[in-house]
Amino acid sequence: MSALAGFTQALSAGKIRVVDLTQTLSPEFPHISLPPEMGQAWPFRIEEVSRYDERGPAWYWNNFSCGEHTGTHFDAPVHWISGKDLPQNATDSIPPERFIGPASVLNCSEEAKKDADFLLSVDWIKGWEKKHGRIPPRAWVLMRTDWSRRSHDPVAYQNYDETGQHTPGPDVDAVKFLVEERDILGFGTESIGTDAGQAQHLRPPYPCHYFMHGAGRYGLQCLANLDQLPPTGAVVIAAPLKIRNGSGSPLRAIALVEAPLHP
Amino acid sequence: MRQPYHGVVLAAPVTVPYVRYSIRSAHWWLARAFSSLLEKSKLKKEEIDGLTVSSFTLAPDTAIGFTQHIGLSPRWLDHVPLGGASGVVALRRAARAVQAGDAEIVACLAGDTNHVDSFRLTLANFSQFARDAVYPYGAGGPNASFAFLTAHYMQRYGAKREDFGKLCVAQRANALKYSHALFKKPLTLDEYLNARPIAEPLHLFDCVMPCAGAEAFLVLSEEKARTIGLPYVRLLGTIEWHNAFSSDPVQLRAGWALDREELYTQAGRSPNEMHFVQVYDDYPVITLMQLEDLGFCGKGEGPAFVREHRFTWDGDFPLNTSGGQLSAGQAGAAGGFLGMVEAIRQLTGEAPGRQVPDAKIGLVSGFGMINYDRGLGSGAAILSSDE
Amino acid sequence: MPTLPPAARSRVALGLTAAAALGRFELQQCRDCGMVQYPPRESCQRCLSVRLSWTRQDDKGELLAATVLHHSNDLFFRERLPWRLGLVKLACGPTVVAHLHADAPPAPAKLRVAVRLDRAGLAVLVGLPDKENVNMADDRQLREFTCDPKHRKVLVTDGKSAVGQALVKALAAAGAELIWVGHAEPWKRLPGFDELQKLPQVTAVPLDVTDSKNVRELAAEIGAKVDILVSNAELHRTHGIASRQGVETARAEMDVNYFGLLRLAQEFGPPMRARGADGVASAVAWVNLLSIYALANFPPHGTFSASKAAAQSLAQCLRAEMRPAGVRVVNVFPGPIDDEWNQLLPPPKLAPAALATATVGALREGVEDLYPGDVAQEWLERWRDNPKALERELSS
Repeated sequence: MSALAGFTQALSAGKIRVVDLTQTLSPEFPHISLPPEMGQAWPFRIEEVSRYDERGPAWYWNNFSCGEHTGTHFDAPVHWISGKDLPQNATDSIPPERFIGPASVLNCSEEAKKDADFLLSVDWIKGWEKKHGRIPPRAWVLMRTDWSRRSHDPVAYQNYDETGQHTPGPDVDAVKFLVEERDILGFGTESIGTDAGQAQHLRPPYPCHYFMHGAGRYGLQCLANLDQLPPTGAVVIAAPLKIRNGSGSPLRAIALVEAPLHP
Repeated sequence: MRQPYHGVVLAAPVTVPYVRYSIRSAHWWLARAFSSLLEKSKLKKEEIDGLTVSSFTLAPDTAIGFTQHIGLSPRWLDHVPLGGASGVVALRRAARAVQAGDAEIVACLAGDTNHVDSFRLTLANFSQFARDAVYPYGAGGPNASFAFLTAHYMQRYGAKREDFGKLCVAQRANALKYSHALFKKPLTLDEYLNARPIAEPLHLFDCVMPCAGAEAFLVLSEEKARTIGLPYVRLLGTIEWHNAFSSDPVQLRAGWALDREELYTQAGRSPNEMHFVQVYDDYPVITLMQLEDLGFCGKGEGPAFVREHRFTWDGDFPLNTSGGQLSAGQAGAAGGFLGMVEAIRQLTGEAPGRQVPDAKIGLVSGFGMINYDRGLGSGAAILSSDE
Repeated sequence: MPTLPPAARSRVALGLTAAAALGRFELQQCRDCGMVQYPPRESCQRCLSVRLSWTRQDDKGELLAATVLHHSNDLFFRERLPWRLGLVKLACGPTVVAHLHADAPPAPAKLRVAVRLDRAGLAVLVGLPDKENVNMADDRQLREFTCDPKHRKVLVTDGKSAVGQALVKALAAAGAELIWVGHAEPWKRLPGFDELQKLPQVTAVPLDVTDSKNVRELAAEIGAKVDILVSNAELHRTHGIASRQGVETARAEMDVNYFGLLRLAQEFGPPMRARGADGVASAVAWVNLLSIYALANFPPHGTFSASKAAAQSLAQCLRAEMRPAGVRVVNVFPGPIDDEWNQLLPPPKLAPAALATATVGALREGVEDLYPGDVAQEWLERWRDNPKALERELSS
């Protein structure tokens, strides 16, 4: 049997399960809000066109609007200044084979519970690798924090105070290590931002954006259900919309895992 | 000295019986009045060569549209939209036309219909000032304006409700002898005083009842009237004045106070020679104002005058001998003809049951057009059956 | 639909309505002979001149006579009998028919006359007692002409901003029974907002006027109870055309300032209309916080000005749609408010508390176009005098 035939058979037999890593797009979903002097990304908004009524008797449809970085979304290298001149750096030019890749899921949920500003370090990663093996090349590294469970409460999800947002992320060395030593495909988080909420204070600021995109790698944000993925072995499919010269887009990110469900 | 009215007479007083509500248009009522004139005078339509029309509900038509409606070809025409002053003013216009030879026989018509909502609609479009500065205040008609007038008059001159009531009771007694009056029951002073308030201090019997009806008479030369054998009355004098005393803050007097001397001089008579008086009575306070302004008593002496006299047809001061509008009903503009038609009847012996004994001379007063806060038009005429 | 007082007026009589909209007592005065006249006319009743202007007049008068209506052919008044009216000789000349406050003493008496917009949105004269007393605003007849927040339920669409908080406090002090306080972007905490929620009348409700679903759901929940809606949510940035690349900022201003109003009007309009002129517990007013920049564009805040101009035009549309229901649309045109967005502008600036006081005053007086503060008043005069000159002055 061909590999693909075996794959579809395993899917229908339930030997391969699909996990939805995506938050629902709705106007209530928290959105990034930059200081007022900056340009702002649109939150998700949806306006009904017709609903089996005088505006369209037999059909229901909507127009929606949002930013490229609204909800669960993909970041392309062109999104950051460090990646602006790289080849194949936009959503329409990234080769499509890059949209499928293995995932290493790093469970920082305990650390994140204790400290909203938890920074993933090289030591932590190496500790993980001792248990689960070396992160393979061209893999998605997903930082599980269970932050997605706060998504119904915008105040808790963004966790603002006078000093800004407080959400977990990688430190500078961790990012550089993952890019230079592990050649990863991209970095994914459950909160708004692949970088920590307070990453403006790191040097350089926003190191995940800076170094990942500077190396032509990708980002995934506002992921959900990472707790349903095994530490290794899942395959993530994350294909952004093919927007001309797009810096990213909301997407349906899914993961394939082999049953049974990992506890 | 204005030109007198020698040789001009009035004849053929007709009334189209009043009804509270009518589905007919004003054209019907006026046409019935016109044909009643022909019936009474035995004239043919073609012999009427002059026409005046007074009506609120004839709109959008005026006198000219009405000529085509009834198939008349007059060589003299006037539309007289002056409400309660229409009778006197139509008479004045017609009299001069007859004297000048511009017309030989003038039919003066007044009539209005009354649909269930026509009163309200008439009021809403009554005048620009009423629409801009009275109607928005909710009375839905002249009641508020006359309430102010009445209240002010009472406060200023000490008139009491009993004084107004005495007039209303007397007029009702007169009306009981007039077959076309809409009110058929006597009115006591107690009933008058205890009636429900409309706009204080006006109560139910201070206000006329709008209805449908028509009145008419002919104006022609004495010679012509003799030729065709019509009973007639002479016109001894008339006056008219509009928007008089406009700087009075509130109306306590109207135009007659300016030219009443001229009226009596023209007629060669004095007030106490009148055998009866027909005044325009949309509200009792206006009766008092006319009695004062026409010289029957001094300004402010109206209440005393009322207390001193009896106003029934058989009293010492016969007033509104067919009941006035307050007891006969107000058929729109025909209310301005009611007194004139009754005066002609009194002077030609056609007022059975209420004939003022030996009535030879009478005064008719007209007042009308409450544009905003006061009546603008006033006029009066003295008629006589003397040789 | 509720009944309304008679609404027909000649064009010349609408001059009184224009004065009432601004809360001014003005009558026609002849520029040639000085005669003050009423009812309004097309020419001077004394000298026939047609050079007539509406000018402020002394509001004192003498009550010549009063009446109480116990009967009316008009449906609006029939529902509200008995009703007191007066005939007043004004000190400036004319005799006028006026609605009469219950506290005005019987004739003869001295009193003041004011002009108010009635439930049909047209000017009427009102006789008021010479001396103001505390409970004057509670007069049953006077309440028909005003949008007094006392005993009423109010929605303030943005209660979090400085102006919004001031409005909520002022409405509470004015006796509002219940105030729903809308707030968006819950993660943004503004000082004072937590305190505000401690007021017993206040209920916080999430409201983002850029979110149609949010607006619709809130209207479904409270729309049938809102007597006064204060649409004060606004986005204010300080850019013209050249100073900001891209349409994003301007679009965000329009989405809040213009489309926000449209969303609110679509969802809250119908339930408010259904309860307009409805007796004591009725929907009475819709207040829009616009800006004096709606009249003439202030180029340093050019796109904000344009969004407020769009909102003003839409507010006029709303006014026409609300009028048959007897709901007054009140537009407020402040000059620069003393907040972060007007930091670079020199004083005088309008403090949020002053704006709130003026707005509540406008509701109490039934004023429909409010220009609070010195800058707004001056700007209005310049604009009425010569709008093109103002345009040049603002672009220099």
